[in-house]
Amino acid sequence: MHYEPVIGLETHAELLTASKLWCGCSIRFGRPPNTQTCPVCLGMPGTLPVLNERALELALRAALALGCRINRPTSFDRKNYYYPDLPKNYQISQNYCNLGEDGRLEIPVNGEVRAVGISNVHLEEDAGKNLHVDYPGADYSLVDLNRAGTPLLEIVTAPDMRAVEEAVSFMQTLRRLLLYTEVSDCKMQEGSLRFEASISMRPAGTNRLGPRVEIKNLNSIKAVTAALEYEVRRQSRLLQDGGEVKQETRLWDEERGRSARMRTKEEAHDYRYFPDPDLLPVAIGDALLDRVRATVPELPLARRERFIAEHGLSDYNASVLTDSKELADYFEGCLQHHEAPESIANWLLNVVLGQINQRDISIREFELGPERLAELVRLMDEGAINQQAARDVMEKMVKTGKTAGALVKELGLEQIGDESDLAPLIEQVIEENPGPVKDYLGGKQAAVGPLVGQVMRLSRGKADPKLANRMLREKLEAMK
Amino acid sequence: MPITPDEVEYVANLARLELTEEEKERFAGQLDAILQYMEKLNELDTSGVEPLVHGIAGRQATRPDRVEESLPRDEALANAPEKSEGCFRVPRIIE
Ligand SMILES: [Zn+2]
Repeated sequence: MHYEPVIGLETHAELLTASKLWCGCSIRFGRPPNTQTCPVCLGMPGTLPVLNERALELALRAALALGCRINRPTSFDRKNYYYPDLPKNYQISQNYCNLGEDGRLEIPVNGEVRAVGISNVHLEEDAGKNLHVDYPGADYSLVDLNRAGTPLLEIVTAPDMRAVEEAVSFMQTLRRLLLYTEVSDCKMQEGSLRFEASISMRPAGTNRLGPRVEIKNLNSIKAVTAALEYEVRRQSRLLQDGGEVKQETRLWDEERGRSARMRTKEEAHDYRYFPDPDLLPVAIGDALLDRVRATVPELPLARRERFIAEHGLSDYNASVLTDSKELADYFEGCLQHHEAPESIANWLLNVVLGQINQRDISIREFELGPERLAELVRLMDEGAINQQAARDVMEKMVKTGKTAGALVKELGLEQIGDESDLAPLIEQVIEENPGPVKDYLGGKQAAVGPLVGQVMRLSRGKADPKLANRMLREKLEAMK
Repeated sequence: MPITPDEVEYVANLARLELTEEEKERFAGQLDAILQYMEKLNELDTSGVEPLVHGIAGRQATRPDRVEESLPRDEALANAPEKSEGCFRVPRIIE
């Protein structure tokens, strides 16, 4: 029998706030342990949490971008469990009235678009960090509570994915959406984006849901992919051999490339949610909703489609340009100053991206703003300079801060695009290169290449190569 | 349905409470009485009544996203029974 996986994902994204969800402690990463805590996030009795309005707005923006219905008001609940990194012995989360429900995210799968259901989007606080101690004989662990209380957005999908590739596409698409909407920086190495997967197997084509296995400790998209592939193999083998899959939680071991059953007891999952009596329901008025809705940007997939339809870009160029919001904004910024989508796109993809990748900077850090780059591309499009000259000019623009126009004049780079200016150079090249000339006259068309190269060399790159090519051919044909 | 001592034990375990057999019996009876009292509410017809999330009418206050000063580390760790390397020290965690 053939089995197919049924996959659901829970994503935790750290919100781009300055302070924690319920108190004013900083959430800066990498500070010395326990230097960013206060009575509220330490869970001291008698303290009262106060909601960070920025966190609420960011969560709301994400919920809207994911097409969720917004619960107004929304409310917070306590999720009760004991763990050393959880100072209050409960986590303030949402269970009965999530911020957003019933959304969807469209993802590309094998060239088609598929919608994955979003069950809910809610706000919660992060726990602290347990540090495991390796000293020989150490019988203790250490706890750092800097992270406790950090605002998290949890996004829960319906069990809608039927293949590991779909889960991968979902994670990539969601990550891009969170970056686009500037809800989270999604730095996986800092734990800003974390996943938990649940997976069950069923005979292909049936609706039966098998026992669900949850996988934790997934710190990268790569880890989720590997863990899901492992789990598909493990469960398929079990089922093929007539065995049974047990409902359980497994921990992914990245180093060994396998998962193992968690040793903690199942009953620890009885979280006994109840409304947090310290917190009143949170109003989401029309004014707030409208204000946040206005901050939801055009989403990547829609923007890509528009780039194709409106700017006539190729599928590939549109995909690359909309991969990040900054780059897409930069591209459209250039168009405001020089409406030539194709040449702007080509220059960005072939020259600018190469350079910023090499320097490991983002387009935001690139010295040339859209207006200055657009001027350069315009000079090239108008035939004032050729590609090679444009590359040189761009380099100098970055170094000197001067404009393209000024540099072209200063360096005397204006392209020689005039036949009368080019004619003496053509004569000289034909005279000085009898070899290729003879080859050409003997019928070898390609011999014109090195001659064009010589014209370019003599003109120090300023000749219009197309014009030089045509003039050389005409002259040589006349010699036949 | 009366609360059984087994249920009391389950809940106590989740709350990390250790109870004697005598306590389990006694608390089962007490919890049962409380729940029966709450059952009375079910006799009311509440169809068409909005669920109440909180005993106080009103809406949650929010605060601007501003960083405020945290506690000095010594103070944060002052009540910890055990500490080392600037951290709370707890029995070894096994996952
Ligand atoms: Zn705090």
